[in-house]
Amino acid sequence: MTISIDPQKTNNESLQPKGWLRYFSFSLDHKVIGIQYLICGFLFYLIGGTLASAIRIELASPMSDFMPRDVYNQVLTLHGTIMIFLWIVPVVNGAFGNYLVPFYVGARDMAFPRLNAVAFWLIPPSGLMLVASYFVEGAAQAGWTAYPPLSITTPQSGQIIWILSVLLLGGSSIFGGINFIATIIKLRRPGLKLMQLPMYCWAMLGTSLLVVLSTPVLAGTLILLSFDIIANTGFFNPVLGGNVVVYQHLFWFYSHPAVYIMVLPAFGLVSEILPVHSRKPLFGYTTMVFSIMGIVVLGLVVWAHHMFTSGTPPWMRLFFTIATAFIAVPTGIKFFNWVATLWGGKISINSAILFSCGFIINFVFGGITGVALAQVPFDIHVHDTYFVVAHFHYIVYGGTVFIIFSSIYHWFPKVTGKLLNEKLGILHFIITFIGFNLCFAPQHWLGLNGMPRRVAEYDPQFQFVNQISSLGALLMAISTIPFLINVFLSARNGKDAGDNPWNALTPEWLTSSPPPVENWEGEAPLVEEPYGYGKEIPEQN
Amino acid sequence: MTTLDSSKEIQKNNSEVNETHEDFRMFGLITFLIADGMTFAGFFAAYLTYKAVNPLPEGAIYELELPIPTLNTILLLVSSATFHKAGKALLKDKNSDSQKWLFFTAFLGIIFLICQLFEYFHLPFGLTDNLFASTFYALTGFHGLHVTLGSLMILIIAWQTRINGGRLTSQNMFPLEAVELYWHFVDGIWVILFIILYLL
Repeated sequence: MTISIDPQKTNNESLQPKGWLRYFSFSLDHKVIGIQYLICGFLFYLIGGTLASAIRIELASPMSDFMPRDVYNQVLTLHGTIMIFLWIVPVVNGAFGNYLVPFYVGARDMAFPRLNAVAFWLIPPSGLMLVASYFVEGAAQAGWTAYPPLSITTPQSGQIIWILSVLLLGGSSIFGGINFIATIIKLRRPGLKLMQLPMYCWAMLGTSLLVVLSTPVLAGTLILLSFDIIANTGFFNPVLGGNVVVYQHLFWFYSHPAVYIMVLPAFGLVSEILPVHSRKPLFGYTTMVFSIMGIVVLGLVVWAHHMFTSGTPPWMRLFFTIATAFIAVPTGIKFFNWVATLWGGKISINSAILFSCGFIINFVFGGITGVALAQVPFDIHVHDTYFVVAHFHYIVYGGTVFIIFSSIYHWFPKVTGKLLNEKLGILHFIITFIGFNLCFAPQHWLGLNGMPRRVAEYDPQFQFVNQISSLGALLMAISTIPFLINVFLSARNGKDAGDNPWNALTPEWLTSSPPPVENWEGEAPLVEEPYGYGKEIPEQN
Repeated sequence: MTTLDSSKEIQKNNSEVNETHEDFRMFGLITFLIADGMTFAGFFAAYLTYKAVNPLPEGAIYELELPIPTLNTILLLVSSATFHKAGKALLKDKNSDSQKWLFFTAFLGIIFLICQLFEYFHLPFGLTDNLFASTFYALTGFHGLHVTLGSLMILIIAWQTRINGGRLTSQNMFPLEAVELYWHFVDGIWVILFIILYLL
């Protein structure tokens, strides 16, 4: 029996488009699919960012004068859904995962290349559906959580399209997760042990386990929700004898792990970037691995800390408070390991490491407010206020998006063979870092003083602080401009990077930049010490 | 499932490097079935929670007749055994025997679906009557969808085991093994569903 795995790639290579055109056509190459994820995700990031700017313009004044209240709710729903399901999750998992994981395990492609392409091509249509749901009558306006009874009593056609779109995106995410698990467990180059894998592989393994175990529950929940809307059943409708808290439990059983699905890959990426640019081995490899697996296990049993005000019984509050506090331990271990990696290193100040350090600073803020929010008395005080908005954005923007930018600066030379302009990059970092903190740090104060989230109008006493926050949002919007200029200019006439501009030891740099179609000209190299900086490297075969 | 054989080597057509790797399609399928099982787990959790905390309105019917679902359980368990026979037969290159067993398995699956529909039409409650009715139809319907897909896949592989021009041989067992594993999974889910929904 001969099964040719990639007949399209091996037999019809001459028919495939060359150059940048291949990123806009159907391809089975994991590198092309990774870049497709990145470009697609970035386009949705621009849409979601525009919506965020609209929200901050509205909130610059206490009255709802920029847009009507229901439009505000729709914009807010679309902003949350796009940013989570079309930007963070696909980019930090799909884009970097597809590009890097096959290199790291010493393979020529993912385990299931066709499934991989299917997983990507589910995203653009479902994204377009999501955007289209805004223009039909009754756009979704129940927030990205789509809590019933709000989501089943407001006008509904948009909500149904919203559900279908999220179901498709969930399917894409599950296919991706299956592929990553099979690739990391099964497709490792002979001789490469699990404990020699670069940290990003471990992060992707943990993330994929979470995706496979929790995303289907969200799918089931949304199917029940759509029954409530279409067929008039009463699963989550108290009027018909249903129970809204069941929805919240099922929803957060996915959506709390989803936070780790968004941030664990970023943990992995920063663990790749810091050792290269500080020329030191990654501190505490083994503890990092166990921390990731600890986060995976604990991440599955903390979901009800989102529901302390939903009439949860005392034993449940106690259990979920303790479990959530525990999750700070592995996260703290990782944080100290990154700092220890930088400590005493020969740090080169460039855009990649600046964004990584920005991540470390923002993430420790977000982490501390997270531990605070896990405490029931404090959580009841700030529940559904801007404190939660600030906490969440410190994790997801200050954490993950900073790492996405850091990774783009780090791996751009790999993908294109050209270096990004460092001056524009540092400008990008400075504006983003100031704008981000100006936008979200004041929101802690707003939340502590009781400003509720998800409302278009607010008490006039909060106006000044809200205007500071809106100014920060403006800076964040502006920060995209130097980045885009940088990418377009450098891709055309940037400085030649050579194959390995950072003198990195991880396997993706041991081939040419940009890499050939099947990653290596000959046999894949065996990298036993991906972080062996500053020591004598043993002869590699 | 003695026929599961994932250690087969796949030859890769590559002009420069001639490499082989393990066939891990079964591994991917098992991962997918774990994910699918989590969907059912969510449904079961919702059903059990409703049962525990949401009282039904006065006079609601939630006792179910047992004969049809018991027959259905037996049908599915027998169909798992016949599928196993089909795999054994194909392994011994007895394609026509294998095809007979597969058609018989698909036949049992279709009888299961007909019995299920018969039960639906004779139940004293409809989809929107009360919370129990809604959950009952959602759970059995979602499982029935799996049986429908499974029966279709069995018919396809039964067609592919034909002697002239069929793609399934004892050298290419994977499609049969994959559908077999899926079918055992669907049976297992039914047993859990039967216990939770009808017996508890």
